[in-house]
Amino acid sequence: MNWAGLYTVLSGVNRHSTAIGRIWLSVIFIFRIMVLVVAAESVWGDEKSAFTCNTQQPGCNSVCYDHFFPISHIRLWALQLILVTTPALLVAMHVAYQQHQEKKLLVLTGHGDAKHMEEVKKHKMRIAGSLWWTYVCSVVFRLLFEAVFMYIFYMLYPGYQMMRLVKCEAYPCPNTVDCFISRPTEKTIFTVFMLVTSSICIILNMAELVYLVVRACARRSQHHSNPSSAKGSFYGHKHSSEYKQNEINQLLTEQDGSLKDMLRRNSGLQEKGDRCSAC
Amino acid sequence: MDWGTLQAVLGGVNKHSTSIGKIWLTVLFIFRIMILVVAAERVWGDEQQDFVCNTLQPGCRNVCYDHFFPISHIRLWALQLIFVSTPALLVAMHVAYTRHEKKRRFRNGEKIDIEELKNEKIHIRGPLWWTYTSSIFFRIIFEAVFMYVFYYMYDGYQMPRLVKCEAWPCPNTVDCFVSRPTEKTTFTIFMLAVSGICMMLNLAELCYLVIKICMKESRKAT
Repeated sequence: MNWAGLYTVLSGVNRHSTAIGRIWLSVIFIFRIMVLVVAAESVWGDEKSAFTCNTQQPGCNSVCYDHFFPISHIRLWALQLILVTTPALLVAMHVAYQQHQEKKLLVLTGHGDAKHMEEVKKHKMRIAGSLWWTYVCSVVFRLLFEAVFMYIFYMLYPGYQMMRLVKCEAYPCPNTVDCFISRPTEKTIFTVFMLVTSSICIILNMAELVYLVVRACARRSQHHSNPSSAKGSFYGHKHSSEYKQNEINQLLTEQDGSLKDMLRRNSGLQEKGDRCSAC
Repeated sequence: MDWGTLQAVLGGVNKHSTSIGKIWLTVLFIFRIMILVVAAERVWGDEQQDFVCNTLQPGCRNVCYDHFFPISHIRLWALQLIFVSTPALLVAMHVAYTRHEKKRRFRNGEKIDIEELKNEKIHIRGPLWWTYTSSIFFRIIFEAVFMYVFYYMYDGYQMPRLVKCEAWPCPNTVDCFVSRPTEKTTFTIFMLAVSGICMMLNLAELCYLVIKICMKESRKAT
């Protein structure tokens, strides 16, 4: 399992994301993961072997390196990218669960053939109802992880700048010893670059959050002003069976036209559709 | 055969798992195997060549390294991940055996749809329930054993910066310095935490299976 495997896992989620979500995923993979793998890892590759201290005292190098670099930038970025991308899997799990429910419904209504099952797999889920909440939670978690890691970076490496020279006094170094860091300017450039892309991702996430909230409010106000054309509440009032029926009908009416026609042709659902108030 | 192949093998088992089992597999692959491959292996990459002792005595460094690190963390984690993920193959074998039996019955003249047989989701009941529960039980045992082995070998999960070595041929006591101890401690704690989470998921899955079967039995009784 490596970055390519993560890409395969996450590109499946992409289908059910908003447009901003897709842009965010592209920025993550191209400007952060790819830059990390293709460039940053070579810059930090010799970080320890080329960390030189002005002493021949055995162990002083190791100890000073460990004192100034408790966790390497590369590992922090790898952890950050993994933690930031995994909330999207919450959405994937929820979508899989909804698809499973749809398939069960189709089987119960006698449309359990392979063609209908394929339709369920292919059609795009609308971000409404409980899926909206899951999606919003995943965006909030992403923002949280990004902010936490930026703070950790700031705490461990104040000012984000890589110094050329550090003065070390840890045992077994005799008195104070000068230690020199390898490629400090290149490291500073990449640190600033990753910081900037991280900020862009935070902005994209905030924009996506605002977009989702505004869209939900607009839908809700449309529902209040014109209840007959409403397509169901986005609140999770899952306890009412009427809501459940409305949600099922909503799911059915949002299928591709062909599936809807197929179902209508087999008149079993026709009566339910007539009684539905959210269609 | 590498982690990718293991992922392919276990992905097939995923289809017959419970939801908790699927979450467990995702946590295993993303937070353990991926972290191991992408980050931890680099941290431990120079563990022996940067293990420095305060002596020029030939052989002292090798002997001290071997004394303090009988098995490297990376190798232990790799073994742990392999052992923990393979009980799922018991389930895969059982499912394959069930399908084989159905195909045999089809060949003997019973009317079964071959295509449907391939895609059919097998429900976790009967002997498969026992196989599945055993596999979870083994997973928990392996996790616990490896966590104990780690604790026993490395005295409390922390990587010291300095170790004092007296093994022959080192003269008297010699100071040896471990490379990147803070980073190693961080990753050890991280892997331990995720291991704990996986154990809890396994326990939850076990409880879920037992409760499900008890409810089914009580429904049958009434």
